[in-house]
Amino acid sequence: MNHSNEIAIGFSNIVFGLVFLMVAASLLTWIERRLLGFWQDRYGPNRAGPFGVLQVVADGIKLLFKQDWIPPFADRTVFVIAPAIAMITVMLAFAVIPVTPAIGIIGNLNVGLLYFLAMSSLGVYAVVLAGWSSNNKYALLGGMRAAAQMVSYEVFMGLSLVGVVMLAGSYNLTVIVHSQRHLWYVVPQFIGFSVFLLGGLAETHRLPFDLPEGENELGAGFHTEYSGMKFGMFFIGEYIGIILISALTTVLFLGGWYGPILPPFLWFALKTGVLVAFFVLLRAALPRPRYDQFMAFGWKLMLPLTLINILATGALMLCWSTS
Amino acid sequence: MLSVLITLWYTFLHLFHRKVTVSYPDEMPYLAPRYRGRIVLTRDPDGEERCVSCYLCAVACPVDCISLQKAEEAGRWYPEFFRINFSRCIFCGFCEEACPTYAIQLTPDFEMSEYNRQNLVYEKQDLLISGTGKYPDYSFYRVSGLAIPGKDKGEAELEREAIDTRSLLP
Repeated sequence: MNHSNEIAIGFSNIVFGLVFLMVAASLLTWIERRLLGFWQDRYGPNRAGPFGVLQVVADGIKLLFKQDWIPPFADRTVFVIAPAIAMITVMLAFAVIPVTPAIGIIGNLNVGLLYFLAMSSLGVYAVVLAGWSSNNKYALLGGMRAAAQMVSYEVFMGLSLVGVVMLAGSYNLTVIVHSQRHLWYVVPQFIGFSVFLLGGLAETHRLPFDLPEGENELGAGFHTEYSGMKFGMFFIGEYIGIILISALTTVLFLGGWYGPILPPFLWFALKTGVLVAFFVLLRAALPRPRYDQFMAFGWKLMLPLTLINILATGALMLCWSTS
Repeated sequence: MLSVLITLWYTFLHLFHRKVTVSYPDEMPYLAPRYRGRIVLTRDPDGEERCVSCYLCAVACPVDCISLQKAEEAGRWYPEFFRINFSRCIFCGFCEEACPTYAIQLTPDFEMSEYNRQNLVYEKQDLLISGTGKYPDYSFYRVSGLAIPGKDKGEAELEREAIDTRSLLP
């Protein structure tokens, strides 16, 4: 009866979600710098506003007013589209995250997990096209590295989730959360959890896996030629990517919104926040591996590990169901 | 793999360490007394200028930021003008080391930024302080053999009586 009403609610959900994400991602730049500061025995940005929160605003204004330069040798159309893809794909992937039973856009999508994997695969295009269209050696090298890194880590990132899907019996993220009411999947699927985290780290090409933009080797990698808000979009996209991976890990392995006493939304935010902080800690603590080490680590350790994990999960489930 | 986890843990513990940052304008850093900051010209304990215009500081200066002009008054030399261009100065302290009379000294003060570059050229009245700086008791004319009004040769501190080189008496 209330079809238009439903649409209005859905629309406001989307708008609210987007605004919330943008704010969270830009706040995350500040949080990351503060945390990095603390872990390096310094303060980080603490001058602008209370605890330095307004640093976010200052950075935003600065980025907006920077000259938005497109190199004359670049492929103009692709150069402009690439940062948009970076942001769009991560933001679209958020649509399937069930924050709580009430909050979420299409948390009930029956192929939610596959949708997420598809979106994160599309995210590769942003980096590759950015590197390609820049028409610059370093950018191209960064783009190529990103392609190889993301495509190969995609493989076992997907495979690491198979265990969860087997246990829950569904690709629907809401169903997956519901099936974790008694036991978070981080316990039976610990290998899957670790592999997914590392794969997510590689997907968002964050430190220590930021080989596509390794500053000491490639200038700034795929976004060497980007400036102003186009660079800002890559930047924000990366931070939304961190939130996305953290949120998804929460949903898949840490029981989503389930938790005692506190309201569901707070539980979700808390778990996601801890994971985000863990991402920053990884950045603060670990050096970047060499590229061949990184690929070898993926194909020679992570891939067999996930396959064994799937095998063991399947075997145990079979034993369980027959006995 | 274990080393990675240990690294993570130790890095995490740094959250509870004391910060090394000194939040400067709110909290002043400790500067050693011999810190090489703003250059001053000191006076001797009698309140007279110590500088004797020997030009050694200007010679020692690797960036040529010191310029001065000698003048003489009643046997005492003093700088007619003394100018330090602090936009050139590298605060190496060579002038202080070259100075034979402890006149030029570097102080633990570095807050001398200016909006206008010209204001970084300090003249003698900007450089001269009323105190003695790091050597409170030193007075060049009191220890040197130079004759000035009120103090003849051989009357300085720790100085033997002057020998009359023209006399043949032992």
